[in-house]
Amino acid sequence: MLSNGFITPSSLSVKDLPWQIRWEKDKCTLCGRCAAVCPVHTLELGVFRKRMVSTPDLSHLTPANPPATVYQTYHGVRQKTDPAYACVGCATCSLVCPNDCIMPFRTDEADKFRFHLNRGGQARNRGGRRNAPDAAQGGLLDQIKFTRISMLTDPALDAGRHEFELRSLLGRILPPEESLKLFHEQGWTPPVREIYPLLIGGMSFGALSPNMWEGIQMGVSYLNEEMGMPVRICTGEGGCPPRLLRSRFLKYVILQIASGYFGWDEIIHSLPHMKEDPCAVEIKYGQGAKPGDGGLLMWYKVNKLIAAIRGVPAGVSLPSPPTHQTKYSIEEAVAKMIQSMYMAWGFRVPVFPKISGTSTALAVLNNLTRNPYAGALAIDGEDGGTGAAYAVSMDHMGHPIASNLRDCYLNLVKLGRQNEIPLIAGGGVGKNGKLAANAAALIMLGASVVQTGKYIMQAAAGCVGSEADRCNICNIGLCPKGITSQDSRIYRRLDPEKVAERVVDVYLSFDTELKKIVAPLGRSTSLPIGMSDALAINDKSAAERLHIDYVV
Amino acid sequence: MCRLFALTSEEPQSPMMAVRALDVMREGHDGSGVGLFLSDLGGPLEEMRGAPILSGIFSNEGLKRLDQFMIGIGFMTKYKMSIKIPKSPPPGVPKRDVYLIRAYEYPETWEGLSQEELDYRLLMTRLQLRQMGEEKGDMIIYSFWPDVIMLKELGDPLTVAEYLQLERKELQARVIMAQGRQNTNYAINLYACHPFFIQGIASMTNGENTAFVPIREFLSSRGFPGYMGYQSDSEVFTHILHFTLHRLGMGIEAYKHIITPLQDDDLKGHPQEGLLKTLKQSCRRLIIDGPNCVIGCLPDKSLFMVQDRKKLRPGVVGGRPGLYAFSSEICGLDATIPDRNKNEDFQPMHLDTAIVGPDRLEVKICSQMDSLPLPH
Repeated sequence: MLSNGFITPSSLSVKDLPWQIRWEKDKCTLCGRCAAVCPVHTLELGVFRKRMVSTPDLSHLTPANPPATVYQTYHGVRQKTDPAYACVGCATCSLVCPNDCIMPFRTDEADKFRFHLNRGGQARNRGGRRNAPDAAQGGLLDQIKFTRISMLTDPALDAGRHEFELRSLLGRILPPEESLKLFHEQGWTPPVREIYPLLIGGMSFGALSPNMWEGIQMGVSYLNEEMGMPVRICTGEGGCPPRLLRSRFLKYVILQIASGYFGWDEIIHSLPHMKEDPCAVEIKYGQGAKPGDGGLLMWYKVNKLIAAIRGVPAGVSLPSPPTHQTKYSIEEAVAKMIQSMYMAWGFRVPVFPKISGTSTALAVLNNLTRNPYAGALAIDGEDGGTGAAYAVSMDHMGHPIASNLRDCYLNLVKLGRQNEIPLIAGGGVGKNGKLAANAAALIMLGASVVQTGKYIMQAAAGCVGSEADRCNICNIGLCPKGITSQDSRIYRRLDPEKVAERVVDVYLSFDTELKKIVAPLGRSTSLPIGMSDALAINDKSAAERLHIDYVV
Repeated sequence: MCRLFALTSEEPQSPMMAVRALDVMREGHDGSGVGLFLSDLGGPLEEMRGAPILSGIFSNEGLKRLDQFMIGIGFMTKYKMSIKIPKSPPPGVPKRDVYLIRAYEYPETWEGLSQEELDYRLLMTRLQLRQMGEEKGDMIIYSFWPDVIMLKELGDPLTVAEYLQLERKELQARVIMAQGRQNTNYAINLYACHPFFIQGIASMTNGENTAFVPIREFLSSRGFPGYMGYQSDSEVFTHILHFTLHRLGMGIEAYKHIITPLQDDDLKGHPQEGLLKTLKQSCRRLIIDGPNCVIGCLPDKSLFMVQDRKKLRPGVVGGRPGLYAFSSEICGLDATIPDRNKNEDFQPMHLDTAIVGPDRLEVKICSQMDSLPLPH
């Protein structure tokens, strides 16, 4: 700080920031790539003045020419400390540096930056997931072990060689007596889809860049058509590109309708041109990352293409209302909405609601059991991700998925309707990279299907966001990897073909790991939904809460 | 591993025939217990086909309570088989007061009831007695049904059978199912011993049922009082069969489609693809995951054997017209029916259901790939 500088409440030093950039002058070639690529423009040209002692050669050293102090300048980069430009730790600078001379490091104590993120009275917005400092120690799902290992009394299976039928059902399944009766009477039965139990959760066209969306869609199509894996993907609230709506690939897609109804004008107009029915329709009432809050696409990302698909003007923020404005009661309005969505496709497409994890989930579920059209219930736990939300919603609102799901499943068991309304669980699945173990734990706690979005972004496109508040700038469209940007100069970095390849990699390895879990349990013929006798945890209260074994 | 043996014979046979077959297979079981199911009875009980027979183990106190209870409902004892046992049981067999096999006369007030109501009341009576026994620990009830005797006890099968003098001429049956081994997965409990029985349907199983918990949850939530117990993971096989026959109104041929549905590729070419898909989806919660060999008896006295999808357990059916046996191992079959055509022995694989009907003329094989007889 200069001697005539002044201090404002938000004058921070580099030390106060969450991320500090180390730059090595010796290795720097001054190419400038780091500063050019930094999404938050935290790097600026640094002109440094340095005092040196200059000693002439001995032959020139005379009283008239003594050693002297000289001032030199050199150039480099300087980190801005203005909170608006604070480093987000994405490390894209390191990615582009030809000499590995720059890298951000996490501060060694709680930063002061967090107290200044609301300048102008704007509460903090960001993308990502709940910032849980204990993430490194593993969430609850990571602590669950699979303890019912088949030993001698029933031989364990060979995950590599045995046949497995690890499929799940999406759609309302009637009790056996009723479905047989309807079969013989040739009556209408609710449509049911046989799908792979790991679903790619709703990430909208708009939240994601066109390249990312295309890459995931290509990956999903490849998995279906070449690998025989019925993987499905949900659109999120943002509609669907018209070309996809009119293609045969629509059958791999779950169309989401949410409180902003974005994109549904286009979808309705495409109805007569559809070659295939979509897999299902998801009515989003809530999202785990921002429970009780609507979707949010900030103006940075609403370009002409997004605006056209969503049927809105470009350059304005698109906050969806927290609730469907016409829906005031589950008994009447929600049931009607489910039915009208059925009607749009001639009762051939399952329709199901998605809610955020909440202590009132049981009330929703109980109601749906009495609605013969409800095709499933998706519950999104507090650890779910999002492209944009208020930080306070992300960090403090919501219900963990494990107990929410378990309560719902056990309630269905009490009613004798387990798996008739498939439960779709999500929210932090694979948060610490343990996708298959987390998914299997949820399935054995009672989920028919597990959904994940963030993991796909991380594994298929290299998202660097983390729960230690790294990057997480999906909301402003400056994603350094081009995953959540709508700026073609940024998203052209992401090759859709490579994303597709990675999606396939993720699913194939997930499938192997899932088999490695179920084979030792002796399961292969059907997905072990609700096989809670296989689960245990070394936390007594968690074991009691989830009705699973306590082991030490 | 359990060892199973079942036979169906034109001539009434002693249960010793099955127990001896178990003994031949003793290398395959640990001799920790024995369970017997007898039906299509010979001897004096043949004359009382319609009379419900109560089988169980009682303490002297329990017997008094039983009499009080049964008289209260109006059941009159019609016939009782007294098993006089030596004072001290052989090693490994607990001391009991009374092994009871007693036929009753229906209460007068039950006359004119529909068969369905009658069946229901018999079931409820058995469950009530079981509950009474569990409260005081003085009765263990195995079955209460016309033309059915059951016996289960801890100990080596042959030792127990000799101790109970099962080779008596009044104890004979045309259908006999025997299982050697006490349940080992869960707590030792006589209610965990196979065969299991519900309303004329019995089954016993070799192997562990890895999908037990979700199936138990499904059955227990059907609102049918008989779907209870589950001290053993194998009891669900009996109840799934009951569910198939009684609640779905389907035949034994459909049982395999419920517990191990065809895979999708096989379903595609099947003449009843639609029906089977409906069954597969709506009965998904009843899919077993093996490894299991199930041998069972239907109300019409047909015997059957099925394997799970993995077909990891042994099982063979063979015999000659008039006498067929279902056995875990061929040596059991050899010991019992040596004079059969061994070329006709059949080991059901992952798609088969082997059935010997009440006529005992042949082994009928139905494959899941065949067309399924539709329910009437």
